[in-house]
Amino acid sequence: MDYTTDRKRVTGLGSAKSGTEHHWHMMISSAALCGLIPMFVFTFGSALGGTYEEVLAYYQRPFPAIVAILTFLVGFWHFRGGVQTLIEDYTRGHTRKILIVCFTLLSYAAMATGIFAVIRLAL
Amino acid sequence: MPDVNRGNRPLSPHLQIYRPQLTSMTSIVTRITGNGLLVGSLLIVWWFLAAATSPEYFAFVDAILTSWFGDLVLFLSLWALWYHTLAGIRHLIWDSGSLLGLKSSYQMAYGIIGGSVLLTILTVLVI
Repeated sequence: MDYTTDRKRVTGLGSAKSGTEHHWHMMISSAALCGLIPMFVFTFGSALGGTYEEVLAYYQRPFPAIVAILTFLVGFWHFRGGVQTLIEDYTRGHTRKILIVCFTLLSYAAMATGIFAVIRLAL
Repeated sequence: MPDVNRGNRPLSPHLQIYRPQLTSMTSIVTRITGNGLLVGSLLIVWWFLAAATSPEYFAFVDAILTSWFGDLVLFLSLWALWYHTLAGIRHLIWDSGSLLGLKSSYQMAYGIIGGSVLLTILTVLVI
């Protein structure tokens, strides 16, 4: 006779095994973005609309450049997690896997492109 | 437990069964704004890449971002960004176990809608 409780028998049988950590990472990145987003909106907002020389000079200053780099880093990391949840909710099987791979690659590509561009402008 | 019948289980009712409510609608819009922000962010990354490449390329991309189309996308993205930020803060508050009641949820929903519009107008005025 099996004395194991139902709760004990199903522990570890879930499919994902990483949901808590995923949620925790979304919480950390969203907390970071609470500060980064307002800073990015107002720095990028004042740079946009300027001439090429003005934009170059603006992003050679440390503060706007660091804010932009951090926003691309944390923002696209946060997007990667969010879009994965979206895909997991509405698709299944191979489509789900392919979409998650594609959007993960897109997130990191956009993150790397943005950071590279800011560093090149700043230096 | 593993030998449970998986083929014929009752399914829980999904969204289309329920009447739209402020709580569900604000939640859905959070998802739409969050994922929709990809469009605006890719435009901005493109703008930075162009600025880091050459003056000619920058002039080309900058013209797109400052055209009526670019303005429209960035304006909508700005609102989406503020909305998603405020809604995200609401989620962080909920995750801490506070303000989960119906009344406070509705108050925060009105706060998100009003706050996002207000912050968008304020940002446009400042910038």
